[in-house]
Amino acid sequence: MKKFIPLFVLLLGALYLGSKIVPERSTSQFDLAAFGELPVLLNGRLKPLDTVARSSLMQFQGRQRVSDPADSEPRVNSPTEWLVNVFFISSKADSYPVFRIDSPDLLSLLGISEEDAKVRYASPAKQFMAVMGFLPSTRSRFSYEKIAPKISELERQAKLANPIESAVRTPFQNAVVQLYGSLVQYQQLKHTLAPPTTDDFLAELLRFQKLLPTGIAAVRAKQAGQPHDTETAQSMIELGQRYLFMSEVTSILAIPPVSGVADDNAWSTTGQSLLGAFQRGSVDSSVLAYAGLGYAWRQNQPEQFNKLVELYRSQIQKRFELQLRKTHAEVRFNAAEPFYASMTLYVFAFLFAIVSWLKWPEILGRSAFYLILLAWLATTAGIATRMWLEGRPPVTNLYSSALFIGWGSVGLCLILEAIYKNAIGSVAAGLTGFATLLIAHHLSLTGDTLEMMRAVLDSNFWLATHVVIVTIGYSATFLAGFLAIIYILRGGFTRSLDHASAEALVRMVYGIICFATLFSFVGTVLGGIWADQSWGRFWGWDPKENGALIIVLWNALILHARWGGLIKARGLMALAVFGNVVTSWSWFGTNMLGVGLHSYGFTDSAFMALIVFVVSQLALIALAVRPLTKWRSFQSD
Amino acid sequence: MSDLIRQFRDFFVSLKLTVVLIAFSILLIFAATLDQVNLGIWAVQQKYFHSLFVMWRFGDIPVPIFPGGYLIGGFLLINLIAAQVYRFKLTVKKSGIWLTHIGLILLLIGELLTGLWQEEFALRLDEGETKNFSESYRSNELAITETTDPKFDDVVAIPEKFVARGEPIQQAKLPFRVVPKIYYPNAALAARDANTPGATATPATTGIGLQATATPLPLTYKQNERNAPAAYIELAGPEGPIGTWLVSADPRFPPQSFEYAGRTWKIAFRFERSYKPYSLTLLKFSHDRYAGTEIPKNFSSRIRLNSPDGRDDREVLIYMNNPLRYAGLTFYQAGFENDDKTTILQVVRNPSWQLPYIACALMTLGLIVQFGIHLVAFIARRRPAPTAVA
Repeated sequence: MKKFIPLFVLLLGALYLGSKIVPERSTSQFDLAAFGELPVLLNGRLKPLDTVARSSLMQFQGRQRVSDPADSEPRVNSPTEWLVNVFFISSKADSYPVFRIDSPDLLSLLGISEEDAKVRYASPAKQFMAVMGFLPSTRSRFSYEKIAPKISELERQAKLANPIESAVRTPFQNAVVQLYGSLVQYQQLKHTLAPPTTDDFLAELLRFQKLLPTGIAAVRAKQAGQPHDTETAQSMIELGQRYLFMSEVTSILAIPPVSGVADDNAWSTTGQSLLGAFQRGSVDSSVLAYAGLGYAWRQNQPEQFNKLVELYRSQIQKRFELQLRKTHAEVRFNAAEPFYASMTLYVFAFLFAIVSWLKWPEILGRSAFYLILLAWLATTAGIATRMWLEGRPPVTNLYSSALFIGWGSVGLCLILEAIYKNAIGSVAAGLTGFATLLIAHHLSLTGDTLEMMRAVLDSNFWLATHVVIVTIGYSATFLAGFLAIIYILRGGFTRSLDHASAEALVRMVYGIICFATLFSFVGTVLGGIWADQSWGRFWGWDPKENGALIIVLWNALILHARWGGLIKARGLMALAVFGNVVTSWSWFGTNMLGVGLHSYGFTDSAFMALIVFVVSQLALIALAVRPLTKWRSFQSD
Repeated sequence: MSDLIRQFRDFFVSLKLTVVLIAFSILLIFAATLDQVNLGIWAVQQKYFHSLFVMWRFGDIPVPIFPGGYLIGGFLLINLIAAQVYRFKLTVKKSGIWLTHIGLILLLIGELLTGLWQEEFALRLDEGETKNFSESYRSNELAITETTDPKFDDVVAIPEKFVARGEPIQQAKLPFRVVPKIYYPNAALAARDANTPGATATPATTGIGLQATATPLPLTYKQNERNAPAAYIELAGPEGPIGTWLVSADPRFPPQSFEYAGRTWKIAFRFERSYKPYSLTLLKFSHDRYAGTEIPKNFSSRIRLNSPDGRDDREVLIYMNNPLRYAGLTFYQAGFENDDKTTILQVVRNPSWQLPYIACALMTLGLIVQFGIHLVAFIARRRPAPTAVA
């Protein structure tokens, strides 16, 4: 009977993952899922509106749900529903609390008092929970309506803060720049498909369409100084100015190229397309389709809405078949949240594996192993999907490096666990898997994580070799460090680290460091070769290069110290933990210097996190070098 | 062997020394990385890596505070060779270590040679422009050119350090002495209106120096900026001073012409030039962006390469990750300016560029062999040996 418990856990985990993949049944009569799959060209990539909605919400407020703490239900059922309202009913969208503001200075600048921010719960139970601190008692997300009255002041502050380098901005200035950036993006979204100022864009367009032939003639006559219908000419000029404004506000290219244009990337904004109508003599059918969708949404006509989505889709289907298949997959990928699901599994696996050291080692250890395997498969599928969507090797930016480091180190843990079967691999896997996905989550707050590669880095061959191998080197160095932490904590504070496990851990750490040395060395060298091939120099002492070199040197130092008999088990562990410091420096610290060809991003909260991490690692090293008599597992009594 | 020599040998052979040297190099690289924010990448290389000691200035006295790249690298080299000679026998079991260490020795030597031999220049070309020289990133020169004969120029180039010294310079080709009066290692230029009564006094007596003045600026170490030195130069013939010119290496500052002894001359402070026996013409520079964004997708320069001996006359395309290698030089796409009409190519000479390839191949192979041996031994130990049947 007991034999089946791990299999049962495996089944549960698989069911959980399965439930994520099956699309959620929509409660709305509107086919918002199909709407969310429609593509737009943004930041150089054709992406579904669903992704635009999710990444915008992440950027504005750090989460995808739209709700206020006092609400019992979320304001909208999906990010796409939020986006539809932003597109078509801006007065409604303006009332959604989607802008996160934490800085008290910024709140007072915007005239939001503590009283405004206070959450009043209706039910006494919730009030009690709020008092206990389980529910937030102040809100940190505010609607556009709340911010709008002070927007000119915010703009002034943003102009003051923008020229300052991000590294030296005050927290207030950072908050200003971030909020202002979000508001600019919000304006872009609002002007994507229709001007937010009109109630019936479809009627306007139909009128425009009808007026076009006579209108163009009237404007031409006016320019030539001939008699003309002044009223028609005037309204044409006004419309022209209106569409020019629309085309200038937004950079979201929502309208596919007209059939005569060969370039598949020649998408345009709605405003640009309407300006083009003056030359073509007719309004583009895609613009009309979106206006019709807006009308159906406002008038609450689901059948018409769904029909229009289908029509528009079949209209672009012929030309963008592959891209539509990709947007479809991307929407499913967004909904399945494979990395979030893996995070949950890693937590359970970690707990099972820890407890297995105290009780039921067989059952819990095996269950943990299965869960880790499931989570690893889910991240593998997630990374593979991203690679297919992007047409790139796995690591292209900081976000994907976090995913890949986690993937690599959990993969190594699975091998260790398969060999040793002592749950140490599972504990390390749960820890590193969860931690790297958490880091990835925080890195995803800046927007869409599938970015276009800058010209300097645009080489699939080198991304696939140098970047992947050096990232595996990072994973292995981190893994050695985390195994060492397990040794230090388990040996120092529990009696559970018996002689055999301790020996096994020493061998694991040593083996992983050998592996890390090989991969970080080869990866660094391949980077040098890339540099020589592209820039004519093998080594340039760039911060990122130096960071990678320090990892190689540090691993070499550990190995030589070990071979020379300068360190024994505890020394090995202490040095391996310092490997975490060295690796995190190379991964994040070098980006914070803001010099060199490689640096791609810096946030000051990340700097604080790095400091805290380094201090914690130093504390662990201090624990590692305590005399043997203080280690509970090694006290002989 | 005497005790002293044995101790000496043991010191250089020891693994302890290896560990200490690796630790030193880590500290050195870390400090150098941090200092890049202040000094820029080039100055850091000179201060930390291409030096025996890292110097710290206490007031005006430079004091060595840490071993520099050459010293650590040198010790590491001795340590490696000594260990190789005294500790390791050439056996199959140690073959991985041998390969790795020989590779490392080559890598260290390669880096030393690179530090000594590598030169970097910039080549700036406007569309349609032809050049047969590239310019140094850091060094400048005072060029005095005789242009009397329209068919060719006769150039006397005086390196910046002689200008900085301020002593009169006498050159056989020049019928006058060159006397640097004032020299600023980095300077800002400002317009000067000589007609207003309150105009600032200027040491210049002729040329642009009457309408412009130079004021000293602190040296910049930023990677995307360079110092633009300026100087007031007096030229003096046998019969007395000819005049004092303001010259500046700022690219906007043009060369100035003058007549002396019936001949025509030009004087200019400029980026040090390296002339080539061939010329490059920029046909077209392209800067592609991703649709609807400012994110660069590709930069490329279509170049015509021409050598006077007629051997080479062809078009080449230089773009990201795809440089031109020609005549021992590598030309790569480094930047652009002037609204995408000017390309900036970096020109690198590094005669020892193959060494790292060989070294790294050896080291990679060595590590794979060594850790492979470990792994095989580990697996063999875990698999219980089959009970021997007598």
